[in-house]
Amino acid sequence: MSLLDVKDVHGGYGGAPILNGVNMSIEREDIGVIVGPNGAGKSTTLKAIFGLLEVTGGSITLDGHEVANQLPDKLVPLGLSFVPQEFNVFTEMTVHENLEMGAYIREDDFSATLDYVYEMFPPLKDKRKQKAGELSGGQRQMVAMGRALMSQPKLLLLDEPSAGLSPRYMMEIFETVVNVNKSGVGILMVEQNARQALEFASKGFVLAGGKNRYTGTGRQLLDDPEVAQSFLGG
Amino acid sequence: MNEFIFFLNKVIISGATLGSVYALGAVGVTLIFGILRFAHFAHGDMMTLGAFISFMLVGIFQSLGIQTPLPTGFIVLPFAMAITAGLALGIDKGFYEPLRAKGVKTVTLLIASIGVTLMLQGLIRLFAGTATRSFFENESKDLFRFKLPIEGVRSINISEPQILVIVTTIITVLVLHFFLTRSRIGKGMRAMADNPSLAQVSGINTASVVRATWIIAGSLAAMAGTMLALDVILKPDLAFNIVLPIFAAAVVGGLGHSYGAIAGGFLIGFAETMSVFNWSIMFRGFDNLPDWFPKDLSLVPTEYKLTVAFIILVVVLLVRPQGIFKGASS
Repeated sequence: MSLLDVKDVHGGYGGAPILNGVNMSIEREDIGVIVGPNGAGKSTTLKAIFGLLEVTGGSITLDGHEVANQLPDKLVPLGLSFVPQEFNVFTEMTVHENLEMGAYIREDDFSATLDYVYEMFPPLKDKRKQKAGELSGGQRQMVAMGRALMSQPKLLLLDEPSAGLSPRYMMEIFETVVNVNKSGVGILMVEQNARQALEFASKGFVLAGGKNRYTGTGRQLLDDPEVAQSFLGG
Repeated sequence: MNEFIFFLNKVIISGATLGSVYALGAVGVTLIFGILRFAHFAHGDMMTLGAFISFMLVGIFQSLGIQTPLPTGFIVLPFAMAITAGLALGIDKGFYEPLRAKGVKTVTLLIASIGVTLMLQGLIRLFAGTATRSFFENESKDLFRFKLPIEGVRSINISEPQILVIVTTIITVLVLHFFLTRSRIGKGMRAMADNPSLAQVSGINTASVVRATWIIAGSLAAMAGTMLALDVILKPDLAFNIVLPIFAAAVVGGLGHSYGAIAGGFLIGFAETMSVFNWSIMFRGFDNLPDWFPKDLSLVPTEYKLTVAFIILVVVLLVRPQGIFKGASS
């Protein structure tokens, strides 16, 4: 039994189905990266796992619990956290308050997690009294990830964490992703910068037309000439 | 000096009283808008409802022979607030929540709230009649006169209800501030007003935030309605008449922005009292004013006071549609 098991998932937003049989399994030590062309259902897969769209077929289990079509306020306590691609911070609230909102479901003392997040993202500590809306794109992404880590997830879902960031910030975010993973959090992320992301991925999934086209380790996918040709731009 | 005190009595004290009532109402409107994204048209009638509940409680208190040092209408306020908050929750459960569960557009909720307005007005008239009543039928309304130590100068007049309104509003604003910035549910409310989908993603229990919103909006409505009835008079269309300035205050402050709503409330309150004030009184001290100098320099006649809020609303929407403070309006 894996931490996350996605088996033959079908689903969509009520219209034509977008997912036509997605399979993936992630362990706690894994960094899974989903790549593929536009409209392949990459972000939709993350949203399906996080209960943000209707799953019409297949199963999603987290730690053995069936979680398909569960709402986020049930999923977060089970150890799942999601960082949306856009609008992923509370702009009118301070950095500190954003992090507190990530710990909203927790009844225990979360000051240790707060220290852990500030350690993971040192620039945030100085800006903790500043409104998140006033930060740069890269720092906002840190706030977004920090917020998601505050619930002490077992698995973190990241939707294009490097979108809109400069190459320097992109590498910084990727480094953080690896560090978060080393601290014991499984990662499943969608990434446009497929080559760079697959370099450190323990599992890679190439989606096309709403189903798996290729599955393997990041290295295997990078070395597969067919994948490279069709999906990684030669 | 007399003129200045006249100005103080007519503009500053009246404006602060009116502004307090507007601010309390506008905070409720703006909180509901921030969380539920619809203009709660029935808010005025929720205020009237709260005032009538206070009046009922005063009757019970007086029939029990309970004497209070402050106006009884003020003493019963906590109970009236609790009852009105409960009714607000009931109204949400009965009318708005089923619509939200169906995922209707916000304009449908707005129209539903107009229906709630008509229903509340009907119920109030059904049970209380159309008569105008006073909270001070069986007790006296104290008026404080502050004599200045200057000979022949008129006194600063402020009534007991006016002092209570202003002081209570200041305390309420402070409590609300600490609630929104310190408490967990208060921060959850701000998070939901800021970014509802991210609040959901964070696992914030949105249903409990909605409940908290109605409890606060309902109790503030009861407070504002009762205070207004204490200051003026209790009648079935008490607060329906001031829905416009209350919404203007909320919009001027930036919908969804609580501090903006408070500022907007006082702004509209002072603007109204200043507009109906006869400014030529300020010139009475000058002996040799020419004959053509107008006797009445008020901007609008008292009976058209409501147009002031309307004009401010239109100007703000034209010049700065997001409100003085940036709001969550969408």
